[in-house]
Amino acid sequence: MDHASAIAAPALDVARIRKDFPLLQQATVYGLPLVYFDNGATTQKPQVVLDTLEQYYTGYNSNVHRGVHHLSQRATDAYEEARKTVAAYINAQYSHEVIFTKGTTDSINLVASSFGRTFLQPGDTVVISAMEHHSNIVPWQMICEEKGATLKVIPINEKGELLMNEFSKLLDERVKIVAVTYVSNTMGTVNPVKDIITQAHARNIPVLLDAAQAIQHMSIDVQALQPDFLAFSGHKIYGPTGIGVLYGKAAWLNKMPPYQGGGDMIKTVTFAKTIYNELPYKFEAGTPDVSGAIGLGAALNYLQQVGLGKIQQWEAQLQEYALQSLQAIPGLRLIGQAAHRSGAISFLVDDIHPYDLGELLDKQGIAVRTGHHCTEPLMDLFKIPGTVRASLSFYNTFEEVDKLVAAVKRAVAMLR
Amino acid sequence: MTINEKQDELVADFSMMEEWMDKYEYIIQLGKELPLIDEKYKTDDNLIKGCQSRVWLHTELKDGKLYFTGDSDAVITKGLISLMISVLSGQTPKDIADADIYFIDAIGLRSHLSPTRSNGLLSMLKQMKLYAVAYMAKMES
Repeated sequence: MDHASAIAAPALDVARIRKDFPLLQQATVYGLPLVYFDNGATTQKPQVVLDTLEQYYTGYNSNVHRGVHHLSQRATDAYEEARKTVAAYINAQYSHEVIFTKGTTDSINLVASSFGRTFLQPGDTVVISAMEHHSNIVPWQMICEEKGATLKVIPINEKGELLMNEFSKLLDERVKIVAVTYVSNTMGTVNPVKDIITQAHARNIPVLLDAAQAIQHMSIDVQALQPDFLAFSGHKIYGPTGIGVLYGKAAWLNKMPPYQGGGDMIKTVTFAKTIYNELPYKFEAGTPDVSGAIGLGAALNYLQQVGLGKIQQWEAQLQEYALQSLQAIPGLRLIGQAAHRSGAISFLVDDIHPYDLGELLDKQGIAVRTGHHCTEPLMDLFKIPGTVRASLSFYNTFEEVDKLVAAVKRAVAMLR
Repeated sequence: MTINEKQDELVADFSMMEEWMDKYEYIIQLGKELPLIDEKYKTDDNLIKGCQSRVWLHTELKDGKLYFTGDSDAVITKGLISLMISVLSGQTPKDIADADIYFIDAIGLRSHLSPTRSNGLLSMLKQMKLYAVAYMAKMES
């Protein structure tokens, strides 16, 4: 199929990009070449990340921060270099504002627990939105219950956009923190986070951004955007699983107690009293995910080499084409039609169960996600059991979008 | 027909279809023809846990034999219910409880279904056997 009309000027040489991802070259499902549209769940890894992991384990695997020996020093240097890479990637003022965690969920739990225990009082409010992932609902529910605080929810319109006037009304002196997603994992809505932060800061309320679905699609400058906390996962931005990031402004992190106790997070320990280590180690109890951090650093460097601007442009071209092609399928309706969107495209066809559709797409070699996407309250709002979600990455092609559309058509013909 | 004769028949039917999409087509067709459960039995009590889609199963004992009806909000799941029902429905509780269900593996369903769906199928089988055991106990007492 000729896509010349759709892409006058492709922003990326995607054929060359795909060569960087061994899995995309090798993987077949049921004898068919894999079409991978489950990038919102996790992304594939470029060779350079795999090489970095191998070099670490074959060349300088060692525990960090404590050893006097050469390998430990090398591992420590690489681990701390990765922290600097992350800090530079999001333009953090200080690299000690970058805490390595297990992932977005872990990052949010850290803030909910540590910030919540310190600053939440009975009668206080935590504000989240109706489109949050369970990871940005449940930790807040838990701490609210513990502290006698209330969780309030910014409502959305039928397109899946936040009702900003309702948000403004929620802000009062009882609100101690606002925790919202930058990009919806289910609908792809890009939220007006700059506006949210400005309004919250006008009342001295800190803001946590769940950037799990944003960091891989757009450049984020924390000094320009000014979130107080920002959480994301390594494996969704082409890095290894098991590593995540919590960025927090030093001013806040210094006021918060450690989340977990253990090795590395202490300065001195006696049975009478423990003196905590300083940032970032205060929040990194136990042996950290050294290889994961170094691998994440490699992934971020790779993205910088490809060029964030180009990635963003290509993904916008792909998204535009995918939205147009999918909407041309009779009976297909998008769940989430925000004006400003990125990444995930959720849809349903007629009253076909998303699970049925997903299964038949799988049998045609297409990996999508079906279900509630860990956003059950959002599904209840739309009164649907779930959606089929195709989530794009810069290594996807227009031809893959065509395959998705053809596969949906075939599945629908069978299921109708 | 005995349970095993029915299983053998299904395995033979499926072996005639080479493409997995054809097998799915067949499952979907069975789903559309499924003897539907009476609406009044679509209660939470009759819901089977362990399925991504919702599944209801209802049993009735007639002349010493157990009959199943079911429904789901997903068509492929309905097809799978239909497969299970065609094998087990109309047999004695003892035969159902003792049945060695091999057609799922023989057809290759376990490896081809998504793990959640395959687990759901096994939950369904477990539930049907539990019903059979319960009826056996009732009949003995």
